[in-house]
Amino acid sequence: MAKFIMIQPDKCTGCKNCVQACSYVKEKQFRPSASRIHVYSWEREGISVPMMCQQCSDAPCASVCPTGAMHRVDGSSLIDYDASKCIRCRMCVQACPFGNAIYDSVTDRILKCDTCHDDPSCVAACPVKAIEYVDENIATRSRKKVFATKFKEAFKEVA
Amino acid sequence: MNGWTGTTLRVNLTTGDIKKEPTNLQDARNFIGARGLASKILTDEIDPKIDPLSPANKLIFAPGPLSGTMAPSMGRYDVVCKAPLTNLIAASNSGGSFGPELKFAGYDMVILEGAAKKPAYLWIKDDAVELRDASAVWGMNVPDTTDALRAVTDEDAKVACIGPAGEKKVLFASIMNEMGRAAGRSGVGAVMGSKMLKAIVVVGTKPVTVADPDAFEKAVMVAREKISTHPVGGTGLRVYGTDVLVNILNSVGSLPTRNFHDGYFANADKFGGESLTAKYLTRPRGCFSCIISCGRATKVTNPKFAGEGEGPEYESAWCFGSDCGIDDMDAITKANYICNDLGLDTITMGSTIACAMDLYESGHISLKDTGGMAVPFGDPELMVKLVEMTGNREGFGDQLAEGSYRLATRYGHPEFSMTAKMQEMAAYDPRGVQGIGLNFATNNRGGCHVRGYTISPEVLGVPFKVDQHATEGKPGLVITFQNLTAALDSCGTCLFTTFGIGADELAALLSAVTGIQYSTEDFMKAGERIWNLERMFDLKSWITAKDDKIPERMMKEAIHTGPSKGEVSHVDQMLPEYYQLRGWDAKGVPTPEKLKELSLA
Repeated sequence: MAKFIMIQPDKCTGCKNCVQACSYVKEKQFRPSASRIHVYSWEREGISVPMMCQQCSDAPCASVCPTGAMHRVDGSSLIDYDASKCIRCRMCVQACPFGNAIYDSVTDRILKCDTCHDDPSCVAACPVKAIEYVDENIATRSRKKVFATKFKEAFKEVA
Repeated sequence: MNGWTGTTLRVNLTTGDIKKEPTNLQDARNFIGARGLASKILTDEIDPKIDPLSPANKLIFAPGPLSGTMAPSMGRYDVVCKAPLTNLIAASNSGGSFGPELKFAGYDMVILEGAAKKPAYLWIKDDAVELRDASAVWGMNVPDTTDALRAVTDEDAKVACIGPAGEKKVLFASIMNEMGRAAGRSGVGAVMGSKMLKAIVVVGTKPVTVADPDAFEKAVMVAREKISTHPVGGTGLRVYGTDVLVNILNSVGSLPTRNFHDGYFANADKFGGESLTAKYLTRPRGCFSCIISCGRATKVTNPKFAGEGEGPEYESAWCFGSDCGIDDMDAITKANYICNDLGLDTITMGSTIACAMDLYESGHISLKDTGGMAVPFGDPELMVKLVEMTGNREGFGDQLAEGSYRLATRYGHPEFSMTAKMQEMAAYDPRGVQGIGLNFATNNRGGCHVRGYTISPEVLGVPFKVDQHATEGKPGLVITFQNLTAALDSCGTCLFTTFGIGADELAALLSAVTGIQYSTEDFMKAGERIWNLERMFDLKSWITAKDDKIPERMMKEAIHTGPSKGEVSHVDQMLPEYYQLRGWDAKGVPTPEKLKELSLA
């Protein structure tokens, strides 16, 4: 069963350990602008939301890529990026509806999450499990259960 | 260059000159960064006798060599200057992402000199640095300033700014970053206000690198493991916040109550961490690279005190709570929000209100002094109103804006001020916990708890338990904690990492990041060096050994109720040994031999 990275903004503390881990694993330096995951925070409300590539099944970044640099890996849910084939046209950057494919002028490459090939370092670095790497068919189980538990408690009170 | 960026930014607000200088790497090796390195620069460059609110003062923003890396919970920065509240050296540190962002922009420090003639803000985008007009945001509170400056710079910029309190030079004004994070103590915000500098706005896109990746990764894994499996660092602080300490300190009879008349408060649980989590917490928050998540995003729904924001921390809950004889958590949290919005240090604010209440109930101030307001202990609405009035220097608030020492002295009763060296003591009763009293008495910034947090062994039993009431062994313990904290502050490290790790792990991280080998002894020696550097500045400013003290109430008035009933502080008995172990003479002055040993001669 394929997995994907599930975000739980309600748990996110805004610490950016995921951002740091991604930058370090990919670039061996701490440069948040080189991270494939970003965290946006709303300080008045105290809310943070991590954002990274969703590995779309019908991926616009791969569809528009004229050279096959951005491509689906056979038999996998992963959309990967092959810099050697890339002509830096940045059509993938234009096409991604989430803004999750980014051009980095420092390395002259496209930055996009590749799930660290099935072992995402951001997930390992998250101290509060606000991002988890889960089986795609049961991805929302924990979220549903939180509400199911509240429902259960309400019933208990009535009974 | 690893750890340090190698570049220091120097901005003269009088002339508008902006310069980039190489960071002095010999000093960086000896004083590490943040608090230590910035203090070295300040003590080299300013006369300790200057008026802290004059253009002669300098204001230094300094992250540490570990800030901006993934070292866990190590993204803090210090603000260093001469402090208006104490007339001593100030280093107030704050979390959030501001410190790391300065590093990503390429700077180890920003040194601000002189004073602008009209409101200004500093806009840093990597190499591009610009002083801009801040007239449009002058007078705005902290969140509105933050939003307004992001709108004209970059929507994701990190903003450190002052609120109205800093502009009006309230002597304990804070500098706030990302709205809810504070460089709180000693009045660093008033210094920023005196320079007419409303904010520093920064965006950085450059890398912070480490010298030895293999050693660094190992050191990070070890530190993360030890902190995350520790009951306080790994669980307690995330679940309950620092406010978990209310019930703990009350249970050992050391929760100061009604301006330190007592050390026990019957209704403490109403404003403790358990109540905070149950009724107010929206979610835990973490600073940059934090794995502890003690920050509190909270909400108050009671229409009288409604609001949303961060806090309260333990010390804030205490000073607006039991210290003012108040148990209303809605009001306490609201007071905290107002401090964040106006830019005020919560501890000095609450303790100054408690002092005013004490003076009022003792008949030393009257209605004519307060502009007709009755100021009794235990009135939550009054307390919240006084916070607002102080931040804006309105009415009686203008007197509170000077802090409790000047307030009490104005009415002829300085003994009512619960301060050491004019800085209000934090939420730990020195009569019930002997070591912390000695730390307050000897602390380089007055009544500060975080730079010699002996509460850890004396109350929490971390890393080992000692008897809170004993005086034996406390001078050595205080010194160890003071030196350790000086070194860890200088890395950009959060004090709470010591709920899990200590000098061994920090020395390993610092070595791996900078490529300079620090043994545990080197690390502790750097801390001692920094402590002595600060001490020398303070001695040259105004203090002598007779100022190494806490209020006489702590020696003369025993705790009335609770588990520490009958206890008084014995600071005087511990002080000679403290001086001796420090290598200082009987007058509390570092000996020439000690200064030479520390390369400070």
